[in-house]
Order: sequence, then C-alpha cells, then structure tokens
Amino acid sequence: MTINNVWVFAQASGGVATTGTLELLTKARSLSSKVTAFVGGDASAIAASLGEYGATKVYATGDLAGKLPGVALSAAMKSIIDSGDTPDVIMFPQNYEGRDTMARLSVKLNRTVLTNNIDIADSADGVVATTPIFGGNILVAAAFVGQGPHLVSFRPKSFAAEPAGASSPEVVAVAVPDLGKQGGAKVVAVHTEQSSGPKLDEAAIVVSGGRGLGEAGNYSLIEDLAKILKGAPGASRAIVDAGWVPYSYQVGQTGKVVKPSVYIAAGISGATQHMVGMKGSKNIIAINKDKEAPIFGIADLGIVGDVHKVLPKLIEALKSR
Amino acid sequence: MNIVVCVKQIPDPASPGALDATTYALKRDGKLILDESDAYGVEMALQLVATAGSGEVYVVSMAPNGETSGMRTALAMGAVKGLLVSDPALAGSDALTTAKVLAAAVNKLGGADLVITGTESSDGYTGTVPEQIAECLGLPSVTFAKKVKIEGSVLKVDRQSESGYDEVECTLPAVISVTAGVVEPRYPSFKGIMDAKKKPLDVVTATDLAVTPTGWAGAGQKIVNVTQAEARKAGQVIEDDGEAFGKIVAFLENLKLI
Repeated sequence: MTINNVWVFAQASGGVATTGTLELLTKARSLSSKVTAFVGGDASAIAASLGEYGATKVYATGDLAGKLPGVALSAAMKSIIDSGDTPDVIMFPQNYEGRDTMARLSVKLNRTVLTNNIDIADSADGVVATTPIFGGNILVAAAFVGQGPHLVSFRPKSFAAEPAGASSPEVVAVAVPDLGKQGGAKVVAVHTEQSSGPKLDEAAIVVSGGRGLGEAGNYSLIEDLAKILKGAPGASRAIVDAGWVPYSYQVGQTGKVVKPSVYIAAGISGATQHMVGMKGSKNIIAINKDKEAPIFGIADLGIVGDVHKVLPKLIEALKSR
Repeated sequence: MNIVVCVKQIPDPASPGALDATTYALKRDGKLILDESDAYGVEMALQLVATAGSGEVYVVSMAPNGETSGMRTALAMGAVKGLLVSDPALAGSDALTTAKVLAAAVNKLGGADLVITGTESSDGYTGTVPEQIAECLGLPSVTFAKKVKIEGSVLKVDRQSESGYDEVECTLPAVISVTAGVVEPRYPSFKGIMDAKKKPLDVVTATDLAVTPTGWAGAGQKIVNVTQAEARKAGQVIEDDGEAFGKIVAFLENLKLI
C-alpha cells in the first residue's frame, strides 16, 4: 500500500518533546510527506520542535486534568478519525501511555496491533513491521492485513532522531469526548523518584547490578562505581522484583532500553529479558562468577570472578587516579 | 467482592523457545505452566478478597489445546473456579481477539467487581490485552499497578510511571494490570493441590461465548519473513586472579572514558 498519512503519538517531558517522539517523527517523515503529531496535553511549548523533526500538523488535547491517558487519548483519536482524518499508520512509543492508548484504540477501531518493533517499511507485502524475538536473535517481519489505520509501536532508540529544518506546523485543538463510566480513574497525586547524575537511558556509561550482588546492601557498590564513572546505575529485573531498587532502575524488556558507550554488568547472568535492553551498547563488560553465564556470550570483556572482590578493587583503582 | 484473574498458560520459559516452521507461531504444543507474571495477580486477588471479608476469586484463560495445568496452579493457590476457553479455531489469534474472548469469559462468569491481569505475558509480551479487555467490557482501568487497596467502592492504586509512581483512584467495577514483584505469590500447599483437582473448571468454545474465532485468517497480521539477527560476538573472557580489575581500567582508558 502507499502510506500518505502518518500520525505519531507525541510526548513531552519537562516542557520539551521526548527523544523517543523525535525518533518516531524522523522515521515518519521518511514514510509519508504528511506527518501529524498527536499530543495528549498542551502543545504550545513543543510544536516548533515537533515541526523541526517532521510534523506538518499537530493535534493537541490540552491538559487532561488527571484523566489517565489511555482511555482519554484513544477517545480523542477516535473522534478525529470519525470526523474524516484517517491515518494509514499510527506510530506509538513502547511505553505506558503509548501502550495503553494504542490498546484502547485497537478495540474502538477493531484493528490489530503490532508491538515491540524496531523498524517499519512500506513494501510489496504492505506495511511491514519488524520485531526482535528470543532475546533479539531472531527478527520477525509481520505485515498488516486489511485496511488501516495500522497501529504499531516501537522500542526506544529504534531510529536516530535527525532534524529536518525549522517549520511551524498548524496546531489544531481537539477535545476529549465524554468518557462515561470508562473515565472512572483519576490521578490524585504524582510522586517522582529523585535520582542524581545522568538519566539511565541517556548516560554514556551504565553500571548495572543483579542477583549476584547477594543482598540489597551491596547495591551501593554499583552506585559508587557509577558515580566515579559519571554514569548511571541500573539493575536487572530480578533485583527490582526483589525490591532492592525501584523499577525506574530496570534495564530490559520490561524496563529501559540503553545503548551507552560502555555497559558494565555486575552479577548479572544475562537472562533474555535483560539482554534485549542492553545488547545495543557499544561496549559491554561483564563480571560474573559463573563462567557459563550467557552474558559472557555478548561481552567484549568478561571477568569470571566474584563481584564482591572485583568491584571494590576497581572502585579503589579509579578513585586513586 | 468477586475478582476474576485473567491468566496465561505458557511454555516453560526455562526451555528454549521455537517457532513453528510453517506458521511461524511460537510453539506451544508441550506442557504449559502458569505464567509467573500472572501468579502476582492471583495472589493479589486472594489478598484483596481476604481483606474485604467476602467474595470469591475466579480465573479465566484461553488456550487452543485444552491445557489446564497452569489454571490448576491458580486453583491450588486458592481461586475457587476456573473457566477455560479452548478452541482449535482460536490458534493464531491476535491480542485483540484474545481480549474479546477473555472479556466474554468474564461476562460468562457473571461479571466481576474487579478484573486483574498481568502487564504482559512472558512469552508473547504484546502488552495490550489488559486495556483491550477493559475497552471490550466498557470499564475504567488502571494499568501497571504496584500497590492496590479497596476502600468501599473505590479502588486506590499506586501506578508505576516512567519517573516514579502516581496515586490513582478509580470507581468499581474496573480492570487493573499488576506489575511483577508487587506481592509474594504463595506456594500451593499439598492440600491446595489436592483440592484444586476437585474444583470446577469449565471448558467452553469461542462459539459458546458468541465470539467469532478468527484465528490465523482474521488475525489482522501475517508474518512475511523470519531472519537471524546479526549476532554480537563474545570478546575476551578471563578468570579473575585478583588483578582482573586492572583489565577493566585499561579497557576504559583505551576508550578514553577515564
């Protein structure tokens, strides 16, 4: 099919468009000359940057007043589609808001979803999205069957964000329809977990710890090393589930996707769930006492040893420099 | 307080996955077990009903081959009744059809005050089914719940966010998805396992629920290509002799990062 009209589910954080949004816009403009950014919130601060990365039009709902995004934004999207602007493809980020909105919309439109993708193409088979499975060892390309809008979501860092040049897209206000009983959930308070240093998914160096640390108290080794290297501390799902560190530290399939210059995995065996979140790192250093650990299969430098011995010595050596 | 937990029975994640040579679907022909990420939902449901002092926990599942061993695990933990939708015509269903089937199964049980799901399955991880079920049922939903309590007819949820968590209040009935690790799933006792064998577990077809099973033909997607990803090669692996930290220092120096 020919793609003529692409929407991108756009998000802002701290008054600027997220990197993930700019990545999707960059890809969208390679698929279609008409690219619309859909903003669940106020777009005035970010419209120019959305335009710079490829949006020719912006829909904005304004403040959601505590409504959860999934139900509210899918209803707003449906009402735009009903009024005649029907996209061929809607690109979502693989995160909480993107997933929830896409899922609700799929029922409203009776359309399938393709999630967790890393690429999309307009081909002889139709609109084809590619997703990695089995820890990223196998790539599966799936084509949408039937009519659009095709709903597709992408993992972070699937595309490089590149500006196209300044432009001022038309901003159109859209209303969130009455949600009735489905709108019964409201956010009553927001809690932000403070973390110092660079953000996990943007840091040049990431130091992650896993179950091999033995106990929660030993996670301070990871924090100390990350601090000395001006990097960010991360974690495997195992120790997040065990409650040692908050979920925001988690690297992996259900956590953050990171691609730093150096990723140091300490006491992490390398479950598929973890590897898909970090195997795109430029360099990987692994420390694990089990020499059969899968993490060594992708590490540039593997140390078979005890993290409780290697990490303190490493921290000392770096401190004394 | 009646709670329906939607559970998935999956191939044991400990054994390597494989794709069917013709359909490219994940092979699910061996023994299936309860998805670990659903054990949290079952446990949370049991705790909420215990706190409320009345009500029951039911489990629903969909499987093309009549498999019930994973559901029996949920019954052994303490759920009182199960409903399995099993229909060969459901093989190859996409997430949307799965949600329609599970929503119909919830209704078949007479509805619920609360429907609980995991956030995504451990084998397919599409991650949209919870919200799709809520939309099919016309209910509000709170996804990624990490703490849940019920006060009267109000659900109070700490909902995971990218940067921390949000406190969310929601009217009942509702659908929630719970993150892994929120509660400690109990191990079924011997008595629980024996009792579970006698608990009612009905098996129905999609047609019984008046859902049109579309399977492969109606999945809205078809796999066109499967390829091997470019593999990342292993580098140098050394045994720590007490001085291996020096190798890491040299590695970082070489990259001019220190």
